[in-house]
Amino acid sequence: MKATGLHDPFPARPDDPDERPADTRNGGSRLYDEIQELRSRYPEALSAVMPALQLAQERNGGWLPEQAFRDVADALELTPAYCLSIASFYDMFRLEPVGAHVIEVCTNISCALNGAQQVVEAFESELGMTAGETGAAFTLRTVECLGGCGWATIVAVDNRHRLHVQAGDVPGIVAELQGADERGAHVDA
Amino acid sequence: MSTPEIVFAGTNGGVLTDIAEYEAVGGFGALAKARAMAPDEVIDELSTSNLRGRGGAFFPTGRKWSFVPKPDKLDRPHYLVVNADESEPGTFKDREIMQRVPFRFLEGCLIAAHAIESKHVFVYIRGEYELEFEVLVAALAQMRPRGLLGDVTVVLHRGAGAYICGEETALLESLEGKRGQPRTKPPFPAIAGLYASPTAVNNVESITTATSVLELGGANYAKLGVENSTGTRVFSLSGNVVNGGNYELPHGFPLRDLIYDVGGGIANGRSLKAVIPGGSSTPILTAEEAGRVTLDFDSLVGAGTAIGSAAVIVIDDRCCMVQLAVRVSQFYEHESCGKCTPCRVGTKWLSRILQKIEDGRGSQADMDLLLSVAERINGKCLCPLGDSDAIAVASYVDKFRDEFQAHIDGTGCPFEGGSSLDHVLAPVMMHSASPTGETLHGLARV
Repeated sequence: MKATGLHDPFPARPDDPDERPADTRNGGSRLYDEIQELRSRYPEALSAVMPALQLAQERNGGWLPEQAFRDVADALELTPAYCLSIASFYDMFRLEPVGAHVIEVCTNISCALNGAQQVVEAFESELGMTAGETGAAFTLRTVECLGGCGWATIVAVDNRHRLHVQAGDVPGIVAELQGADERGAHVDA
Repeated sequence: MSTPEIVFAGTNGGVLTDIAEYEAVGGFGALAKARAMAPDEVIDELSTSNLRGRGGAFFPTGRKWSFVPKPDKLDRPHYLVVNADESEPGTFKDREIMQRVPFRFLEGCLIAAHAIESKHVFVYIRGEYELEFEVLVAALAQMRPRGLLGDVTVVLHRGAGAYICGEETALLESLEGKRGQPRTKPPFPAIAGLYASPTAVNNVESITTATSVLELGGANYAKLGVENSTGTRVFSLSGNVVNGGNYELPHGFPLRDLIYDVGGGIANGRSLKAVIPGGSSTPILTAEEAGRVTLDFDSLVGAGTAIGSAAVIVIDDRCCMVQLAVRVSQFYEHESCGKCTPCRVGTKWLSRILQKIEDGRGSQADMDLLLSVAERINGKCLCPLGDSDAIAVASYVDKFRDEFQAHIDGTGCPFEGGSSLDHVLAPVMMHSASPTGETLHGLARV
């Protein structure tokens, strides 16, 4: 029994999944078990921290809230601070909420030589937001080289790369994404 | 074109993602051949081929494998780590290799594992390559039921967006679950790499080509290309060129022919101003120099540059070279891991000084300062990231000094309004989090 009334932020977790209290956060306790599976792929558990954070981000709507660091730390016997130190190093881990769709425009040399800036401006005007901003529906960012230089301009929409994007294609892309969301809403209703 | 296809052999311009189709063109024959040979014989075959690393360093692949100690000399697990973290601006060949010939690539992984007597293969694939990751997952799923992996495990490990992880020791740190920051060398990975165990780290194209070397025989492979640069290379052609894309050509191919014959020439009827021949970290060539060189190690070194990752970036006459320098420098500033002070601070200085010159606020002293900072980065860090910025920027000043001078003598950019790089947004400050959300607007515009 605890001598003080202090809250233990990291209570010990039983190894047997059946004995663990049901985890209702972010899709349930599957995350813990899935991280154990990731961990088993590597000779050393620490190697699983990146794949575990990737999974946690996927389960948390595309970003890593504080709870995600606790979950990953818990599953890999690390500290949340260590997990944050990893996430903050890599560009693809997001420490702030993102919109339903993430649009990333490459503005490195080859794309820039082929009008990437005009593509960025077209998205800014179509979405009514500045690159770097997030709304409920969209996050718009500029990013470094996505590795599609010969097919410039490259735009990653939810991590899928669209090739040869020109400013004129932008309204169509936005309409397509908004249309897909509306269809999804009808299905849900 | 009578270009021999080595890496993309059997694809007929398409993909070989069905295992039966790959076997129909002789797939996995090289693996069977290699496994019937002693590991040293496989390494000898690679040495005979004179295959040199396709990631950028051009180190002989056979020699790299020979540095991995025999298991009886060093009784720790041996690891093969494949560097699929392709992120050098201009370079997009490895992703096409993984998309189109995933089995030839994975066959190469198993051949390499046999050569260095490893049972563990890790493929570190850049996080942005989601599609390529899925292609490899599907390919492995087809290979497993056929028992092709034997007792070798292959783990696909996804990166998460860090250019520095293409540097082999940073990659190993990242794979171990740490921040991707380069290690001091020695010890080299061959002795103490992944988990402080003997490790070979090879590029995707090198590994894929190893399959072909076993198929053809090292001596036959060495007949392709030119002396010191044998075989073919997958060139990534991009920039202001009509037909950008990847082209597999023999080493020694004229750069001019790649741009004008294969690539269809300069887009929009413009004229050629400059070419970056081997990825953004290699020194730039003027149009006149580009007309003289061939695409191989010796010719490009002779011209004061390097073949690097064979990523050819074509630049037309609209481009302002100071803006190019700003954008290139911002990339390295953004990607600096922060471990070594000359790189962490120096790349930022280069970007700031260049921006000042671009804005027409630069003085003659700033030109001297720019080159002085570049010198103070070059060769002073654990890895070549900062050097790349310093060398690239110094080459733009060297080749296009008049343009830099015009920015200083005048009151602004002489190309303003007409340059292809006007006002390009770099994501320099986008990754830092701030509780006030101020960083959302902390963007730098060229």
